[in-house]
Amino acid sequence: MSAAIAASASGVDVVVLDQRKAPGGQIYRNIEAANADVASSLGTDYLQGADLVKQFRESAAEYRPDATVWEISVGLEVYVSGGSGARIIQAQRVVIATGALERPFPIPGWTLPGVMAAGAAQSLLKQDGLLPEGSVVLAGTGPLILLLACQYLDMGVNIAALLETTHPSNRKRALAYLPQAVTAGKYLWKGATMLKRLKHHGVRHIHGVEALRALGEDRLRQVEFRVGSSEQIIDTSLLLLHQGVVPDVNLTGALGCAMDWDNQSLCFRPRLDPWGSSSVAGISVVGDGAAIIGSQSAIWAGKLAGLDAACRFNHIDQGQRDAKTQKAQRALKRSLKVRPFLETLYRPANAFRIPEQPETIVCRCEEVEAGCIRKQIECGAMDPNAIKSRLRCGMGPCQGRYCGLTVSEIIAAETGKQMSEIGYYRLRPPVKPVPISDILALATGELPAEVKLPDPFKKKTLWLRM
Amino acid sequence: MAADVIIIGGGIQGCSTALHLALQGVQVMVIEKNYCGRHASGVNAGGVLRAGRYPVELPLSTAALKIWADAPNLVDDDCGFRPIGRLKVAESDEEMDKLAARYAMVQDLGYTHERLIDRKELRDMEPDIAAHAVGAIHAPGCGHANPFRTLNAFKQKAITLGVKFHEKTRVNRVRRGGSIWHVETRDQTYEAPILVNTAGAWGDQVAKDLGETVPLSTIAPMLMVTNRLPPFMRQRIGAVDRVLSIVQQANGTVIIGGGYLGRADRNAETTNLDYARLAFNSQIACDMFPTLREAKIIRAWAGIEGYIADGLPVIGPSATEENAYHAFGFSAHGFHLGPIVGRILAQLVVDGHSEIPIDAFRIDRFVTEDNSNRC
Repeated sequence: MSAAIAASASGVDVVVLDQRKAPGGQIYRNIEAANADVASSLGTDYLQGADLVKQFRESAAEYRPDATVWEISVGLEVYVSGGSGARIIQAQRVVIATGALERPFPIPGWTLPGVMAAGAAQSLLKQDGLLPEGSVVLAGTGPLILLLACQYLDMGVNIAALLETTHPSNRKRALAYLPQAVTAGKYLWKGATMLKRLKHHGVRHIHGVEALRALGEDRLRQVEFRVGSSEQIIDTSLLLLHQGVVPDVNLTGALGCAMDWDNQSLCFRPRLDPWGSSSVAGISVVGDGAAIIGSQSAIWAGKLAGLDAACRFNHIDQGQRDAKTQKAQRALKRSLKVRPFLETLYRPANAFRIPEQPETIVCRCEEVEAGCIRKQIECGAMDPNAIKSRLRCGMGPCQGRYCGLTVSEIIAAETGKQMSEIGYYRLRPPVKPVPISDILALATGELPAEVKLPDPFKKKTLWLRM
Repeated sequence: MAADVIIIGGGIQGCSTALHLALQGVQVMVIEKNYCGRHASGVNAGGVLRAGRYPVELPLSTAALKIWADAPNLVDDDCGFRPIGRLKVAESDEEMDKLAARYAMVQDLGYTHERLIDRKELRDMEPDIAAHAVGAIHAPGCGHANPFRTLNAFKQKAITLGVKFHEKTRVNRVRRGGSIWHVETRDQTYEAPILVNTAGAWGDQVAKDLGETVPLSTIAPMLMVTNRLPPFMRQRIGAVDRVLSIVQQANGTVIIGGGYLGRADRNAETTNLDYARLAFNSQIACDMFPTLREAKIIRAWAGIEGYIADGLPVIGPSATEENAYHAFGFSAHGFHLGPIVGRILAQLVVDGHSEIPIDAFRIDRFVTEDNSNRC
């Protein structure tokens, strides 16, 4: 939204293609229509989104909801499918703002019905005001899980336990980054307030959780874990997991944008210039799809990319671009200083990213277990794509979103190589499953004859020098 | 580093050749620029098809089918081979006449693996096929295998028998020094008295170092795969005049292809898809099986294949050099032949002759009498 507002204000002809039915993305999901009680429980950060959406609605940018982009060609043809049918839009520049995915959380039993991602649960709350019935266990690390716990408390949900998987040593390491985290005060204060509320409501908040497992035959019945040397079990029908978010690189990866491994935030992200331009001509990336920077920073980054586009189309010159973005540049720079602190504090433990038990499922779509992956590595498959070809992991409908990082990290752990060397799956289009009827709509006119392979079947005489 | 034989290219032809040589006690080294099966061998449609072959390929194809059926004894794995049969379906009376002519020709050559079936029998075999289908050639025994699993089974068995694989090792140049082949890569030079070129879409580059020119171009046949669907297609299905090959795999997903081409960049080793053509491909698939209209496309891709001007591979000894052999440029139909081609190359290397005539595939077939190059 921010990039569209900035670019269209400078005279750029902008179309925004949004998979959802209304603007707001994940953070401000359903902001225009949210029920007042739900909205106030979601807090002031959420409510701020209303201003942005209003600005966006008033901008000259054309908004197309229910429009799923599933491929962008090298010539910047954008393939769209969804409510209004399939079409191709020829762009001169594309700003990708596809946001983040929840980091995979592969523990034993995470595929059981009754186990889901905390972010997904929060989306259900924002979109439809849906709340868990019965008691819920939240487990993981990071601010979102505390936030969701507080939102649930406000709405009367029974929280059986909040299990912190954050390694206790993270705190000490994160302290080193505190001095540079100039805005960390706000975050710390927010965090402290949330913790206080949880304590005040008597939520069972357990730290130093290890060896987390979801138990049950047909669905989740219990959550088992260890704290120090004590094994514990809690009965529950809902377990919400979360250990941070990572950039959704499926579209940028499929486009061939150069990627770097970020060892601080443990994710791949597209290599970008200060304006958000990627290594592929005509493609910029902003927001959490570029690097996990949070909503406020994403607004600044969007403005930079939007005005950079305006400059490239000669609606404004470089001087105007630089002048208009001075404030955004400074604000972005300042807001990013808090990242090392947060990333260190909430760095997910190795054991929760790289599953140790051989029977833990890594690829949910094709049900590939960690042990099978290790076995293939032993047999010499050192490349995520070789593992994919051998075991089909990453070939299901999610296109590797659930297993990509885990597979690469298992290979790195087993071989002792760097993640930058291991790399990631080769990402294939379509980026999202696309109904075949939408592809059929692209079959117009006559097909040129030369594309057929010569068919031996039709060949009457075969040329041979006998 | 030295061996008896150096094989350049770790695709199905290279791995099969390595395995068959190792079975005869030959010391083999395979040099592969990526990982084995990275291109055509690993990402093809898995067709194990004798039906619809060029007549000159039928002997090879028939022998290959025997090896496929016996894969567990050769490589300790069935390679996912499912001999579900294959139907070449006529969509008009005119196409049915063509099928009848093809059937007659194959019978005349003495082969009995194809059957001509009418509308009723076709519908009995494939109840969900479109109403306009008038008949088909049915080829029992043909079918489908899992490409990468096959490649891997051949490779692993070869490793068990002592074959050394050097992956992520790109060959810069091949030259002969006396009776020894020197295969130069960035880090070192490998040496052996015998050279085998199974470099696929890059095979002409190796041949060039031997002074041999082959009219090879690179193509990128495209494939799509759907979400998992309830079983509705029993056999592998092809069309006659239109471009189509579809198969429903054991897991319910349907592979749609047949030869519509994307764009290949051989040097960058990348491909780009052409959605207009995939759209036509999808259209034909949905025409043939209307059930597919409800499907979703999960993934689309294209592999890089070496295509030789007459559509036939190069198989056999070098025409310019002693102790050098080729098997490349399979022109988008080499997967099925891999198991037999490896055995033939091993025979050429060890015995000097092949059990099956391969003269039609010799590398100098494009050189005219006056020695000028036809292409």
